[in-house]
Amino acid sequence: MINVFLDALLLQAGYNAALVAFGAALLGIAAGSGGTFLFLRKRALLSDALAHSTLPGVGIAFMVMVALGGEGRNLLGLLLGSTISAVLGLLAVEWITSRTRLAEDTAIGAVLSVFFGFGVVLLTVIQTMSSGYQAGLEGFLLGSTAGMLFGDAVIITIGGALAVGLVLLLRRPMTLVSFDPEFAAASGVNVQRIDFAVMGLVMAVTIVGLKLVGLILIVALLIIPPVTARLWSDRTEHVVLTAGLIGGFSGYVGAALSASAPHLPTGPIIVLVSFALFVFSLIFAPARGVLAALLHQRRFRIRLHRRQGLLALAQKDAIRDRFTLAVLRREGLIRPDMAPTEAGRDAAAKVLRDESRWAMARRLHQHDKIPGRYDGLTPIESVLTRDEVADIDRRIEGSAGFGGGDGR
Amino acid sequence: MGAEFVQLSLTPLLIGILAAIACALPGNFLILRRQALVGDAISHVALPGIVVAFLITGTVSTWPMLIGAAGAAVVAVIVIEVIKRVGRIEPGAAMGVTFTSLFAGGVLLLEQSDTSGVHLDVEHALYGNLESLIWITAEGWGSLLDPVALADLPPELLRMAAVAFVISLLVAIFWRPLKISTFDEGFANVVGIPTAAISFGLVICAAVAAVAAFDAVGSIIVIAMFICPPATARLMTNRLEIQVLWSVVFATLSAVLGYVLAGYGPIWLGGENAVSAAGMIATVSGIMLAIACLIAPHRARIGTPKGI
Repeated sequence: MINVFLDALLLQAGYNAALVAFGAALLGIAAGSGGTFLFLRKRALLSDALAHSTLPGVGIAFMVMVALGGEGRNLLGLLLGSTISAVLGLLAVEWITSRTRLAEDTAIGAVLSVFFGFGVVLLTVIQTMSSGYQAGLEGFLLGSTAGMLFGDAVIITIGGALAVGLVLLLRRPMTLVSFDPEFAAASGVNVQRIDFAVMGLVMAVTIVGLKLVGLILIVALLIIPPVTARLWSDRTEHVVLTAGLIGGFSGYVGAALSASAPHLPTGPIIVLVSFALFVFSLIFAPARGVLAALLHQRRFRIRLHRRQGLLALAQKDAIRDRFTLAVLRREGLIRPDMAPTEAGRDAAAKVLRDESRWAMARRLHQHDKIPGRYDGLTPIESVLTRDEVADIDRRIEGSAGFGGGDGR
Repeated sequence: MGAEFVQLSLTPLLIGILAAIACALPGNFLILRRQALVGDAISHVALPGIVVAFLITGTVSTWPMLIGAAGAAVVAVIVIEVIKRVGRIEPGAAMGVTFTSLFAGGVLLLEQSDTSGVHLDVEHALYGNLESLIWITAEGWGSLLDPVALADLPPELLRMAAVAFVISLLVAIFWRPLKISTFDEGFANVVGIPTAAISFGLVICAAVAAVAAFDAVGSIIVIAMFICPPATARLMTNRLEIQVLWSVVFATLSAVLGYVLAGYGPIWLGGENAVSAAGMIATVSGIMLAIACLIAPHRARIGTPKGI
C-alpha cells in the first residue's frame, strides 16, 4: 500500500494516474486561490448552489448527445451542458435576491435543492433510456477517476491550467475588490466586472472538478483551503498564495492516495486531505490557533497575578493565592518565606506608583478615551507621553503636599 | 382510485406529505433567522452518522440509524461553533468546511466497509426510495380497518407521522418565544426568553425532522422542503401565522403533485417508467417558488416601489 502510494505520488503509477494527479493539483491551486476571493467576499456558499445546479445540465447534455446519435458521454459536451445550467442557477440566485425579499441564503438553498432534484429526475429518465452509455453519469456526483479516459484527463489538466492562469492574470483587481470594494470602485476598478470574473473562475473550477471531485464535494475545495489559509495570515496576497498551495497539495496527494488502493473515491479523499490540513492549522496556527490562544491566555493570567501580587506586597497585604505566590517566587520577587526580595520591593513600588498615576490620570481625563485604556495591566508609560506622566507626578506630589486636595 | 392505489401509492404519498410538513415547519423559522442552509448542512452530515451506526450495529435498522444521524448532526453543530469561535471564521464558511468534510468522511467509510449485503449506498441517501415504501398487504380501502393489514404498514409511515406530530406540537407550544426570538432577539432576551436555548432547540428540531425524512425519502426532499415551501409562503403574507399555514399547504401540494407527476407524468408523455419521486417533489416545490417570485402579493422588499 505504501509502495503503491509512493509510486502514485512520484508519478510512477502509470501515465493516466500521473496526469490525473497533475490535473488535480492544478485544480486544487485554482480552487484554493479562486475560492479565497469568494470567501473574502463572504459568498463561500454561493459556490454550493453553483455546483449543485450543474446536474440538470449534465443530464440534458447527455440526452441531447444521445438524440443526435452519439454515445452520450463526451466529456466536453457534458461539461458544456453543466456550464449552461450552472449559469442559469447562478442567475436564478441573483434574480431571487435582487427581485424578491428573500435573503441570499434562502435563494442559494432553494436553487441548489431544486436544480439538484430536477437533475435527479433527469438521471432517472436516463437510466431507463435504452440507448447511450449511461454508466458514467453517477461519477459526476462524487467524482471518479477510475476508468477515466486519456482524453478526459487531458481536458481536466488543460482546464486546471487555464483556471490557474486566470487567477495569476486577475489577482490584483480581485484582491482589491474582495478586500475593499468601495475603495476599488473609487480607484477605477469595475467591481461588477471583477465580481463576474470571480464567479467565472469559480464556475471554471466547478466544471473542471465535476469529473474529478464530483458536484457535491467540489464546494469543499473552494472553501476549506481559503479558510485554512486565513488562519495563518491576515494579508490578502498571503492568504491567496497559501490557499493555492494547500489546495494544490490536497489535490495532488488526494489523487495519488486514491489511485493507490481500491475503494478510495477521489473526491472525498481530496476533501479529507485538505480537512486534515485545516485541523492541523486550527491547532497550530500562530495567531488564531488553539495552542496560540491557550498560550496567550496563560501569559495574560501570569501578568495579572504578578501585578496583583506586587500591589499586595506594596500595600503589605498577605498573599494567599497559590498561583500568585508561585509566579512571584519564580521571578525572584519574594523569598520562600514570602518576604519580598530587593527586586520585589522595587517592582512593588513601581506598580504602586503606576496605580496612583493611573488614578490621577483617570481623574484628569474623565472626558476622553484615556480611562478606557485602564485595565489594571497596561503601564501608564505606554499610553501617555513622558511629559504627561511628569505632569501627573507633579499633581500627585501637589495633592499630597496640600493634604489630599484634588490638585487642580 | 381502487385497491392498487391503496397498495402502491397511498403510503408513499402520506410519507411524502408528512416528511414535507415536518421539514417545512422548522424551515419557516430557519429562513427568517438567516439559517436556511442549516437544513442543507444537516442532511449532508446525516450520512456519516448513518454509516457509523451501521458499522457499529451491523444492521440497517431504524433506531441505531436515527440515533447515529442525530448524533452526527449534534457533532456538526458543535464543530461549526468551535471553528467559528476559535478560528474566528464567518458562519457560512465554517458550515461549508464542516458539512463537506463530514460528508466526505461518510462516503469514504461507506466505500471502505462492506455494505454489499444491505441496502445502503450514497445514491439511496441522496434520492431516498419513496416509491418502494408500499403497503404490500393492502387489498383496498377496507384494509384501513383491518388490523392484520394495518400491522404491515411500512414502519417509515408511523415514524414520520410521529415526528411530524411532535414537531407541530413543539412549534405550537413554543410559538410565542419562537416568534419573539426570531424577530427581535434583543427584546426576547430582555423579557427573559432563553434565546440561546430556543435557537439550539430549533436546530435540533430541524435535525430530527431531517433525519427522519432522510431515512424515508432521501436528502433532496429534506433540503428542498426546508427552504422552498417556507420561502414561497414568505412571499404570500406578512404575518407569521399565515405564513406557517401557507408553508404547510405548499409542502403538501409539492408532495402530492410531485409524487403524482413522477408516477404518472411519464406515462402521460408516452414513457413507460416512473421518474424519481423525490426529485420531482423538489422540482415542483421549486416551480411553485418561481411562480411566487413572479406574482405573489408580498414578493417585494418593503420600501421598494411596486412594478420594478
